[in-house]
Amino acid sequence: MSRILQSAGERRSETHPLTWRLHDDQSPVLLEEYLDTGGYAAVTKALEQYTYESLTEEVKGANLRGRGGAGFSAGMKWSLTAKGGDAPRGYIVCNADEMEPGTFKDRLLMEQQPHLLIEGMILAGYANRSKQGYIFLRGEYHLAAASIQRALADARADGWLGPDVRGSGWDFDIALHTGAGRYICGEETALINSLEGKRANPRAKPPFPGQSGAWGLPTVVNNVETLCNVPGIVNHGADWFQALSGDLSSDGGTKLYGVSGKVNNPGLWELPMGTTGNRILELAGGMRDGLALKSWLPGGGSTGFLLPEHLELALDFDTIGKTGSRMGTGLLTVVADNQSMVSLTRNLEEFFARESCGWCTPCRDGLPWSVKLLRALEAGEGQAGDIELLEQMARDLGPGKTFCAHAPGAAMPLASAIHYFRDEFERGITRPEGEAHADPIPVGSV
Amino acid sequence: MATIHVDGNDYEVEDSDNLLHACLSLGLDIPYFCWHPAMGSVGACRQCAVKQYKDADDDRGMLVMSCMAPVKDDAYISIADEEAKAFRETVIEFLMVNHPHDCPVCEEGGHCHLQDMTVMTGHDRRRYRFRKRTHRNQNLGPFIAHEMNRCITCYRCTRFYQDYAGGEDLGAFGAHDNVYFGRVTDGTLESEFSGNLTEVCPTGVFTDQTHSDHYTRKWDLQFAPSICQQCASGCNISPGERYGDIRRIENRYNGDVNGYFLCDRGRFGYGYVNRKDRPTRPECRESGGEARTMEVDEALDLAADRLRGAKRIIGIGSPRASLESNHRLRQLVGAANFSTGIEAGELARIRRMEALNREAGLATPSLREIEQCDAILVLGEDLIQSAARVALSVRQAVRGKGAELGAERGIPEWNAEAVKTIAQDAGHPLFLATPDATKLDGIATHAGRLAPDDIARLGFAVAHALDSTAPVVDGLDEETSQLAGRIADTLLAAKKPLVIAGESLGSMAILEAAGNIARALGRRQRSDAGLTLVRREANSVGLGLLGGESLDWAMAQLEQGDADGVVILENDLYVRLPTSRVDSALGRAAAVVVVDHQRTPTWERADVGLPAGTFAESDGTLVSLEGRAQRFYQVFDPSYMRPDTRIRESWRWLHALHATLERQPMETILLDDLTQAVAEDAPALAPLHQNTPEAMFRIHGLKLAREPHRYSGRTAMRANLNVNEPRAPVDLDTPFAFSMEGYAGYREPRREVAFAWAPGWNSPQAWNKFQDEVGGHLRAGDPGVRLFTAAAVGGDYCSEIPAAFEPREGEWQVIDLPQLFGGDDMSRRAEPIRERMAPPQVALNQADAAGLGIGAGDAVSIAVDGTRFKLPARLSAGLPPGVVGLPSGAIQEVTGGLTPGVMRWGQVAKAEHDSQASAGEARP
Repeated sequence: MSRILQSAGERRSETHPLTWRLHDDQSPVLLEEYLDTGGYAAVTKALEQYTYESLTEEVKGANLRGRGGAGFSAGMKWSLTAKGGDAPRGYIVCNADEMEPGTFKDRLLMEQQPHLLIEGMILAGYANRSKQGYIFLRGEYHLAAASIQRALADARADGWLGPDVRGSGWDFDIALHTGAGRYICGEETALINSLEGKRANPRAKPPFPGQSGAWGLPTVVNNVETLCNVPGIVNHGADWFQALSGDLSSDGGTKLYGVSGKVNNPGLWELPMGTTGNRILELAGGMRDGLALKSWLPGGGSTGFLLPEHLELALDFDTIGKTGSRMGTGLLTVVADNQSMVSLTRNLEEFFARESCGWCTPCRDGLPWSVKLLRALEAGEGQAGDIELLEQMARDLGPGKTFCAHAPGAAMPLASAIHYFRDEFERGITRPEGEAHADPIPVGSV
Repeated sequence: MATIHVDGNDYEVEDSDNLLHACLSLGLDIPYFCWHPAMGSVGACRQCAVKQYKDADDDRGMLVMSCMAPVKDDAYISIADEEAKAFRETVIEFLMVNHPHDCPVCEEGGHCHLQDMTVMTGHDRRRYRFRKRTHRNQNLGPFIAHEMNRCITCYRCTRFYQDYAGGEDLGAFGAHDNVYFGRVTDGTLESEFSGNLTEVCPTGVFTDQTHSDHYTRKWDLQFAPSICQQCASGCNISPGERYGDIRRIENRYNGDVNGYFLCDRGRFGYGYVNRKDRPTRPECRESGGEARTMEVDEALDLAADRLRGAKRIIGIGSPRASLESNHRLRQLVGAANFSTGIEAGELARIRRMEALNREAGLATPSLREIEQCDAILVLGEDLIQSAARVALSVRQAVRGKGAELGAERGIPEWNAEAVKTIAQDAGHPLFLATPDATKLDGIATHAGRLAPDDIARLGFAVAHALDSTAPVVDGLDEETSQLAGRIADTLLAAKKPLVIAGESLGSMAILEAAGNIARALGRRQRSDAGLTLVRREANSVGLGLLGGESLDWAMAQLEQGDADGVVILENDLYVRLPTSRVDSALGRAAAVVVVDHQRTPTWERADVGLPAGTFAESDGTLVSLEGRAQRFYQVFDPSYMRPDTRIRESWRWLHALHATLERQPMETILLDDLTQAVAEDAPALAPLHQNTPEAMFRIHGLKLAREPHRYSGRTAMRANLNVNEPRAPVDLDTPFAFSMEGYAGYREPRREVAFAWAPGWNSPQAWNKFQDEVGGHLRAGDPGVRLFTAAAVGGDYCSEIPAAFEPREGEWQVIDLPQLFGGDDMSRRAEPIRERMAPPQVALNQADAAGLGIGAGDAVSIAVDGTRFKLPARLSAGLPPGVVGLPSGAIQEVTGGLTPGVMRWGQVAKAEHDSQASAGEARP
């Protein structure tokens, strides 16, 4: 197996807080080694030096933005969570349902360094006065499940989890829950419903999970990578975290960037937040021989396609946001010049159509229609008006028009693919508008 | 209040509403699907999009779903905005992607909310050209037909079925564009409220299977405002008729009573109206021979002759007949000779309940008011079985806790899913004390299983815990005592506590216990508390108020020879008293005249039988368990389509018989006169004057139409009888016309609405247009006159507290367990209800059964009141030792006459010989 994590240079704790401990042979970092290398020091420090409020403030000050793709400030989320006073103790939930197409960063962290996640969750649990943590893990991540289970057992045996954590008088434990395989479970309220054993439909907000989440109790949902950043912030402080990105970005910290597609050297890199696409593509060894870059998705299937000229932009939430796309997870999917944008878009929309929970109309009934139109275009059986119809759908699946962000995410690659590569779509149109029976029912079918 | 600006107009609206609710209440049209006035908003369908602007200067605005947007003062919105309109049209186009083009063969067509909304948005051309998704349908039992291809996935069905009504066997399966609403496997829907799916579903996924068997479009049905006759709840219904048969029953909105929902007994139990074996012409039976049919005049003369031969005539009325018919009978025989037709024990309890409603100091809440209660104690009643619609309201009261918790966090009640998230399993306290498990147990704070006397003792103990001057219960065990204290504390802590008891166990002690609690609450200054007392039959309350002797008295009069002529009104005496007793009494009568609409065993004993109209062929007044006098109106004239029929309203027969008997010419009789006579003769019914006279009510000089203006075929539907179209029947008794001609609109105030229709609104959601605000009260006031006004705290505590129940050696207390399906002797005659009935079984405590060597399904021999019969055993974990339960109503067919609602002692044993008891095997 080729290595997924790659390095641009030496990985050190001060510069590569997420990956510096990882082994070249990809074996997991076990408890003993983790402790020997300063692991759980942040928990000890927090229990001794921080109140839950001051810990929340520290993370807020670091401007740690959610690494699941939305980029919402984790510290802000924590500060909006009901705690203290009359508020009941609730839950810290790790969103480990990594199903964003083209994204494989959380998997690496969980398989190879589960204690970093557990340490981050303990800190988040402490800051939010949670009584219990849950790791909602994508079901197919069986290696991560095994790794996390062992790490949880080891941490519990060593007193980092369970009643009276390390003699602090504070109780906290973590359970692993493996999902049954729905993309929508990455949406935090759908995740909570699924965790409760209900249909994975997103919930109405308000109430936000921080007020009334899992089983009606205050609940914080953070992504794996986000939580893995917390120990470093506690160990080294908010200023250190901010400085990690230097002048590259107003957002602090490092980011696990990655590349998939027809490049010479696909993989993952921990780099300062705000590293440019050009630099990342360079680390990925550029396009394979004979291929040129046609387009790229900056961070998963639910982000908008960009052009080669956008590679010079800093990959951070705000900069990419200005292009009309989103940074998302920061794992680039590159599209070579011999790949069809229509097919690629059709493939993505098939995924999003299948993964719609079925709650709201535009998403449930619009996305499958878009797939059928894209299939028609792909097969050269498109009709005049199909592209305009797809454009209208992309608008009608936009933010505010659907119940959650699933359909707007699905609309992004659709709208951007048509915007930048309309000619490829037009080539699929061979029929006049309104021709009947483009999809005849085969004789003998039911 | 808040001011909102909609498309340039300013309106005052409630600031607690959402924009959709506010706009619909203003009469503005916004299309919607997933929102329902009784179930709130969930934001799923995205159909109700409007444009909302930041302020008067904002000219861009943004789309919001009006159902999810709270009203804010000084909000600027636009319904007419082009982007909003285009989006709403797109949503319909999305819904139509998979919706079939089957309106012409779809039974929803013509009262389909999806059709209405599609037209409203203007969508008329679909661009989708690919194959549609298809589903397999399920057999959901005798009531509901299932056609999933029509589904638009609005989630209303599961939200009603699960969240509102507490059903568990209908759910949402699958995902994306393949969401399926159904059961895990085919099978009868378990909920007692499944019929509401037909109205909750905005299209034709769930339709009325009983209607399907004799389908007619809504616009071809003739309707009248009616009252459900199948229990005492007083739900308002709109029966629809075509060709002389009732085709379906739709809910008729009453903001105080049933709102949008009915129970399945009420909705599907109408089949007895259409029975082919109904008497349609007068019959006489001479000296035991075969019955002979005859004309009206001959029958009247014959009946009068027979009665003239009697030395004294008594009348036996009925709690399933109208006040007017009962009163007319009372006039015929004289007040001193009138029996209510109710068994003595039950009549005493009915009178006691009436007294408690008036004197115990607590008001009797309407169903809507029950939904606002925040602590409920139920003594003895299995409400789902004995008054299902009341049970549905109790469920909403328990759920009210969620709204309260939501409000604490700024979440409005209408935000249904958010409230559900916050509420989780929280509910307002509900305490149940019943002999056997009930379907409300799952939401109860405590569900105790007690013998009737112990239920009463618990109630008396609660009263004592509330007020120490209330009588003490001797020998109460510690556990019950603590429970009583807990219940008392809970009732006291509530803003609107409610006590519910009733008649179904036949226990006066339970009623007295409820009365003591009511008085104690009153003395603790809880005058905002409520007392609901459940009666069995549609007009039990009315008969109690009208007055009259018991049925036992009437039997005694005949048995003793004090009377030998009897006129029996809409009453099968054999379901009320043991067969031998009725046989012997009627056997001694020289003249038996029966006025009824069913061929009952009593009818078969008549010397002269006069064919009466059911509720569908008559008008009259009933008084519901909340003391609401409500009129039901004749739906159709039976002789229009069936000229041979001689069916008349019971009161008309009695009026004619009276005149014939006295050899007087028959004067014209009008319903209003009858109602006024009732009001004059019975002081308790004096408020009926408020409803009369009514027959001359007109709007713009027009009568009210019973038929939609699209009613078709009037000139053809009778052509097989006679090509000349006869004049439409004339209705002198009511403001309604048997015609599509007349007022059918919504703008002019009128309390009585035969069918809800407004331009563009053909579905039951047309009720929006008749309400003061959507889901509120009817603009002209909800129908009905309340007769109970609670006095200030009064009356003395009852101190006749029964001793604790002790199982007896070799004897069992035999109690009636009420049954929704089969418990009422009219709907029991309807085929779909029979299909839905549980086979009659005897319920035994598990340990008792083990002691007797009886297993589940084994034949059990029961001897009680001189009757011996066999039934298969049902083992119950809840039923207390020493008690066995018989299914009320249905058991009549097995036992051949046990007085219902009476606790008795009997012998129970494993039946010898055959191991399988066949239902219905009886040896009187």
